[in-house]
This record gives sequence, C-alpha cells and structure tokens, in this order.
Amino acid sequence: MFEAWLGRMGAPVALLGVVGLIAFFAFPYDLGFLTRILIMMIFVLSIDLVLGYGGIATLGQAAMYGTGAYAAGLFAVHISANPLLGLLIGAGAGAGVAFLSGLIVLRAHGLGLLMLTIAVAQILHEIANKARVVTGGADGLSGIRMAPLFGRWHFDFIGQTGYLYALAVLVLVMVFLRALCVAPLGLTARGIHESPVRMAAIGVPVYGRRVLIYTIAGGLAGLAGALSAQVTALVSLQVFSFSLSAEAVVMLILGGTGRLWGAIFGTAIFMVIHHLAATADPYNWLFVIGILLLGVVYFIPGGLMGVRQRLRILFGGQG
Amino acid sequence: MGMVFNIALDGLSYGMVLFMISVGLSVTLGLMRVINLAHGGFALLGGALMHGLTFQLGWPFALALPVSVLSVTLIALPMEYVFFRPLYGKGDLTQVLATIGLTFLMIAFVNWLYGSALLGIPLPPSLRGTVDLGLRTLPVQRVAVIVTGMVVLGALYGLIERTRFGIWLRASVDNRAAAEALGINTRWVFAATFALGAGLAALGGVLGAELMPIEAYYPLRYLVVILAVVAVGGMGSVWGAWFAALGLGLIDTAARYALPDFGTIFFFAALIVVLALRPQGLSGRAYDV
Repeated sequence: MFEAWLGRMGAPVALLGVVGLIAFFAFPYDLGFLTRILIMMIFVLSIDLVLGYGGIATLGQAAMYGTGAYAAGLFAVHISANPLLGLLIGAGAGAGVAFLSGLIVLRAHGLGLLMLTIAVAQILHEIANKARVVTGGADGLSGIRMAPLFGRWHFDFIGQTGYLYALAVLVLVMVFLRALCVAPLGLTARGIHESPVRMAAIGVPVYGRRVLIYTIAGGLAGLAGALSAQVTALVSLQVFSFSLSAEAVVMLILGGTGRLWGAIFGTAIFMVIHHLAATADPYNWLFVIGILLLGVVYFIPGGLMGVRQRLRILFGGQG
Repeated sequence: MGMVFNIALDGLSYGMVLFMISVGLSVTLGLMRVINLAHGGFALLGGALMHGLTFQLGWPFALALPVSVLSVTLIALPMEYVFFRPLYGKGDLTQVLATIGLTFLMIAFVNWLYGSALLGIPLPPSLRGTVDLGLRTLPVQRVAVIVTGMVVLGALYGLIERTRFGIWLRASVDNRAAAEALGINTRWVFAATFALGAGLAALGGVLGAELMPIEAYYPLRYLVVILAVVAVGGMGSVWGAWFAALGLGLIDTAARYALPDFGTIFFFAALIVVLALRPQGLSGRAYDV
C-alpha cells in the first residue's frame, strides 16, 4: 500500500523535478525569469489551497506573501543570513498573519469576505510604506546578503543556486500538498467547499477548519515571499499589491482551480505569455489577458486542466 | 475650525462621488448577485468620452455631460446582454474573473485610444469660481458635486419608492422567483437597472474627475474603494451605499488632512471594523452574494 501511495504521489512530482532540471540546462540565460516562475508557482499553489480546495474566495493572498518576504528580508539583514532559517521565519510570519486575519476575515462570506482579504493586504501595504525606518518604504528593503546554502553553494549572479533552491522548495511543497489533499484535513476542506451546511451537520467545526486551511496556505504564501526576498535580494512594496493577488488568481483560474497541476500549468503559461507579450507591447498585453480570461470563463470553465479531463472523457477514458 | 470645514466639504463631495459611482453596483449586486468588478470601467468610459467631447472636439460642458452619460447608459445595454447574462447564477469566482477580464479590455481600449496620460476635462467658467456664503467662500465645483449627489439620491428614492418600475425592482431584489411568477419581466428590470447604474457611474466619474482623475487604469485604481463602499453599505441598498460612501469619504479625507502620515490605514481599518461587526454590511440582510 505504501508503495502504491509512493508511486501515485512520487512519479508526477519527480517529473516536475526533471522538467525543472531540463529547463535549467535548456535556458541557462533565463534563470532569473525561470526562478520567478517557480516562486510564483508556490504562491499560486497556496491560493489553490485556499480557493480551490477551501472554497474561500480571496483577492488578498499577497498579504501573506509580502509578510513572508519582509520577515525573511529583515531576518537576513539583522539576525542571520542562513537561507533555510530565513525560509522558516518567512513561512511562520505568513502563517501568523493568515491566522490572525483569518479569525476576522473568515467570518464573512461572498463580497464581504473578498473585501476583507483585500483590506488586510492594503493595510499591510500602508504599514510597510510608512514604516520607512524598518522596511525602507517605497525604496524597498535592500542589503539582503544570503549566506551560502548548506555552507557550500553561493547565491551567484547568474542565479544557478537560486533556481535549484527554488525548484527544490517547489518540489517539497508539491509533495506536502499532495499528501495534504488526501489527508483527512484536505478531504474536510473539499467537503466544506461543496457544502458547509452538511459538513457542519456531520460535526465538522467548519469555521475552525477554514481558519486552519487559511493558516497553512498563508504559511506557503509566506514561504514563496521569503524565497523571492532571498533570491532577488530585494523586497519592494509590490509584494503587498492588489495586482499581485489578482494576477495570481488569474493564473490559477487559467490552469484550473482545485487541481494542484492547474496551479503549475496556469502559472507557467501565464508567465511565459506575459513575458513575451509585455516585452512586445504592454497595451496589447492587457487585451491578451482580458480575452484569455473571458475565453476561460465562457468557454472552458474548468481551466486548462478541465480541458484535459474533457478530452479524456471524449476518448473513452474515465474523467 | 477652517480645517474642520475643509474636511467636511471635501469629504462630502468625495463621498457623493463615491456614492454616484457605487450605487449602481450595489443595486445590481442585490438584484443579480453579480460581483461586477468592471463597474468602475463605466466611470472611466464616461470620463474618457467627456474628455474626447470637451477637450478634443470643444463641445460645451453642459452639452457633453448628458451626451456622455446617455452614451454610457446605452453602451451598457448590449454589454449586459452579451457579457453579464451568462454570468447570472454562476459562482463568485467566475464572476470576479470574467469582470476583471472585461475591466482589462476596457483599460486596454482607453489606453489604445488615448494612451496612459491623465485625461483632463476642462471645467466651464461657471464651475471654476467660488461661491460666497457670507461666512466663507466655497469652490463651486465641490458644491455642484454635493448638490448633484443629493439630487441623484432624491431621484433614486422617488424612482424606487414611488414608481411602478421601483415596485418591480424591489420585488425582484426581494425574491426573484416570486416576482417572475407574478409576471414581472425580471430580465428587463435587470437590464434597465444595469444601464441606469452604468450611467450614474459615468456621471460620478465625470463630476469626480477633480478628486479621482480619469486615466486608463482608473477602474483598477479605484476598484477597491468602490467595492468597499458596496461591501460596507450592504448590497442592494441605496441608503446603505449613501451612508457608506459619505462615511468612508469623510473618514478618508479627515485622515488625509489631519494625519497624513497614516495614509489610507483609517479607511481600511473602518472597513474591517464594520465588516467584522456586520459581515453583511450596514444595511445588509442575512444572505450571501
């Protein structure tokens, strides 16, 4: 049984690692951009946990991403340059903010909930902006210098260490999430998503479970933020921006919510199209993304992963 | 004393602008349960049209204003038919995504038309001066905005409480299925309300251009503020939207004058306090979007 579990969990995740390694050798001059994609994937996965599995509509996940980034950045500047400790601090800070804000935010539903998630991110944005002495304000937090990873690998200018580091974290996050999704907590989250009333009726503490899911996802978002602070050695106010949350949700929808691979593919496709279109012409980029969004909503409601499932049903397999 | 007065004047006119822009969204949200993030786009379209008519073609303000507002109202009708009908009854997220997509298209359209610069709307001389109240002099533009806001509130009150259309509208908000069973054409009520809301947003966008400058990214820049008014006011309520808009407008303006170091924190703190105590908003009823 354990081997079957390992096969089911391990093989696709191993594939992710292999594809990541191939990309490492295939595009040696774009590692900075590829690293950004990997970090974004972790962030979008955290939103998938909240939104796709927990059914909590959020447009403020950047609150936790930004907290993680500033926490890891400040930790590196003032306390220790150890990257792994920094990751833990970032994840812990993200989870802490998610827990505290989740206690209030998750009491609301629908539009109220959406607004509260946005408000939390906006308040943190404003605090980071005004606490210039600590965060550097609008100039950003600079002066982050990371110690070599495990005392051996330096964070180099080309970004080889940064890329492999981010890839390793992504693979671990993916393993964690795949395990979480089949664990009782993950199944409970799905149940709450489908019908909160029924889950409450069979004795699940719905509010508590939602806060827990929100906290775990906040930790992952903080992890992504910490990674970005360490790899780019800079934290700007952008980490709290509404557009970061919104774009990440768009990536998730594009790939398909409630599916971990949806977050991976959606992020990869969105970032690559963005990269190509935005360098060509920033106006057309908004046309492209607007039409892409409308196309997904009106024609392929399940996202790209939904298309795969439909094709499979079409060709006689099981969905 | 002078500062208190300035805060009251600026806060009230800001609040009135927010009210005009948001009220349509609040009512359509109560009616159709569609979270329309593209609503600010109608204010942008109104402002951009106004810019084109007055600044580029040299039309007088008094003629260009009704033409812009009416045009946006008429543009909204086919948009409701094409984009929003398929969204009724879909999940929150689908609606959010589709309307963000629509917002991007509106931004890209205005950007393509006019570029990303500020789109100025020259005020006529009659609105540019000051009016003397004996005690103090007030900028006419602010006073005009406040008066227009009150007129809009009064007109909406009359429309909703005193006309047959208002009866249909209230019935459809309360219980769509029962309203349909009684022979009310809810589709038509939806479309008319949507267009009216879009027209009011255009009016608010044009009149508020002094406080919230018109530019291509307008719908995204003010999205959060507009949604905040709707969430705090409680959806489907004209009074709720009015109270929320004025309250948030005054709080934001007061904070900017008195405690500029804290920026927009008070605005969002007020939002969180209200929603933590009343998740359905000030006037909200106990059901979800």
